[in-house]
Amino acid sequence: MPGVLIVAEHLQGELRDVTAELVSAGRQLSEQGGGRVVLAVLARDPDALAEAGRLDGVDEVVRVPVAEQEFNAEIVTAALAALIEAREPAVVLAGFTVNGMGFGAALALRAGLGFATDVVGCALERGQVVALRRFYGGKVEAELEFPQRNRVLLLLRPTIWPAAAPGGAAEVTTFDGAAPPPSVRTRHREFVAPPAGDVDITLADVVLAIGRGVGERDNIPRFASLADTLGATLAASRPLIDAGWMPAERQVGQSGKTVKPEVYLAFGVSGAVQHLAGMKASKTIVAVNSDPDAAIFDVADYGAVADVFAVAEELEKLL
Amino acid sequence: MKIVVCVKRVGVLVDDPEFVDDDRAVDTDYLDYEPNEWDLYALEAALRLRDDAGDGEVVVVTVGDDEAEEVLVRCLAMGADRAVRIWTDDLAGADALVVAAVLADVARREQPDLVLCGAQSADAAQAATGTGLAALLAFPCVAIVTSIELAPQERTAVVHRELEGGLVEVCEVDLPAVLTIQTGIDEPRYVTLRAVQQAEDAEIELVEPDELAEPGFRVRRLLVPRSERAEMMDGPSSVAAKIVELVRGAAA
Ligand SMILES: Cc1cc2nc3c(=O)[nH]c(=O)nc-3n(C[C@H](O)[C@H](O)[C@H](O)COP(=O)(O)OP(=O)(O)OC[C@H]3O[C@@H](n4cnc5c(N)ncnc54)[C@H](O)[C@@H]3O)c2cc1C
Repeated sequence: MPGVLIVAEHLQGELRDVTAELVSAGRQLSEQGGGRVVLAVLARDPDALAEAGRLDGVDEVVRVPVAEQEFNAEIVTAALAALIEAREPAVVLAGFTVNGMGFGAALALRAGLGFATDVVGCALERGQVVALRRFYGGKVEAELEFPQRNRVLLLLRPTIWPAAAPGGAAEVTTFDGAAPPPSVRTRHREFVAPPAGDVDITLADVVLAIGRGVGERDNIPRFASLADTLGATLAASRPLIDAGWMPAERQVGQSGKTVKPEVYLAFGVSGAVQHLAGMKASKTIVAVNSDPDAAIFDVADYGAVADVFAVAEELEKLL
Repeated sequence: MKIVVCVKRVGVLVDDPEFVDDDRAVDTDYLDYEPNEWDLYALEAALRLRDDAGDGEVVVVTVGDDEAEEVLVRCLAMGADRAVRIWTDDLAGADALVVAAVLADVARREQPDLVLCGAQSADAAQAATGTGLAALLAFPCVAIVTSIELAPQERTAVVHRELEGGLVEVCEVDLPAVLTIQTGIDEPRYVTLRAVQQAEDAEIELVEPDELAEPGFRVRRLLVPRSERAEMMDGPSSVAAKIVELVRGAAA
């Protein structure tokens, strides 16, 4: 029985949301003839996480006791390689997350797996894995195949698949064959939460998010006062925070805040996947971008191919 | 302190693309090129570590055809000491695992204390090359790093790994190590035209691998995604009116 092996992602004692999404992707593959869905929980003390991992659609939760409670790339890679060798799954699914980026390619090389990251769709066609991912900032989609590979590791983009519901009836087992890596050369010291800052952009009903399209630092006050007159909270994409133009608490996206306002205005934001992760659940999205092919238009409800300064000027006139 | 920095010349799609090679590759006529943003941050971090250490060498390595030398020249102008280009025509369209393997051959020879890669490349965004390279070198790896503090005597580094939501994991890693660098770590320095002109005279070593590794995947077909697009407003005034209407609705 080939089967789908899912790598549970957890942090500070909780399963992360992506785990339940991986389970529904795994279930789909299983229904296409992929075999059993097995969720692997790697931790020093995996019991509570394993219990939480008994999601609808999981056939078996396998506890894999390892030396560290939190993610450690070397430990995870070695343990998963052993588990894959023992279980011989046809497909291994993990999240395209910071942890996934930290071990995915290493595991693929170590275990001789076909490999693709940031996968947004996958299926079994006549028993062969086919995956979808995008290139060039979302503008080109690629169907990928994995000839000559018996096993494939896919890192799936978060927030694409629906979350599997809790309350499954999975059996819980233990895998003791996870030999530790020969040496562990990365050591966890501590987690540091991002500073709170003085605004909480997640509370805003209207967010005006500016991106690199605003050009220079000197233009920011103009959009700040525009936000004020609109009754919106000013937010930004990562490059403006990296450049020190805006404080980190204003960053929307995967490594910033996730916002779900009534109205999200994206000005000069291209719509990189990590930005979309933080705003695509907004109720109404309006995008202004000079590039007609910008990926932001894929998630926006209303769009305009226009210069952000021209739109700012029109708004200033109206208000 | 010897640091290898892996850099890439990335393609930026400028128009609705045409495909070639049985729809397996983008026609390069539709691409503009630039240095990968993440790699410039990696290089800046390397230059600062070298300069803080007081001595050492920064070697930039790229996998690319002869036009990719423009990126190496830019890196030399920023202050890299030496540049290596790896190429054979079979590397066109290579995926992260194939690229990692040819980089590993060069990195092994260089015996660096540290290898820095960008967290991802802007065009393919696989976020896999650095992690794969570390595995092939049997070096430890920390991905998505936003701060590096070296303790050269102890042969360790304390690094910040940035997780989702901006949560930072502080961890210690033994050297030699591979770190994949996130933007924002240190603003890449500005290069003058003069520095670029000077760098153009520098020698760039060419390495031509004769065998390539197995790729992680093969492209079966490319297509332009047809997703549901936004309802398009025509021009600044109509979108401004729409925004005002929506914002007033949200306030009501
Ligand atoms: C692990 C990881 C985490 C990340 N986390 C985040 C995150 O939390 N948040 C985030 O935002 N990014 C994040 N990123 C970065 C992300 O990949 C992109 O680099 C970033 O979102 C791009 O920001 P941007 O859209 O402002 O810039 P660009 O991609 O440069 O886009 C600028 C846009 O402005 C348009 N434009 C230019 N001039 C004008 C004008 N005058 N008028 C109108 N439009 C104009 C252009 O057409 C372009 O579409 C992360 C990346 C990684 C690898």
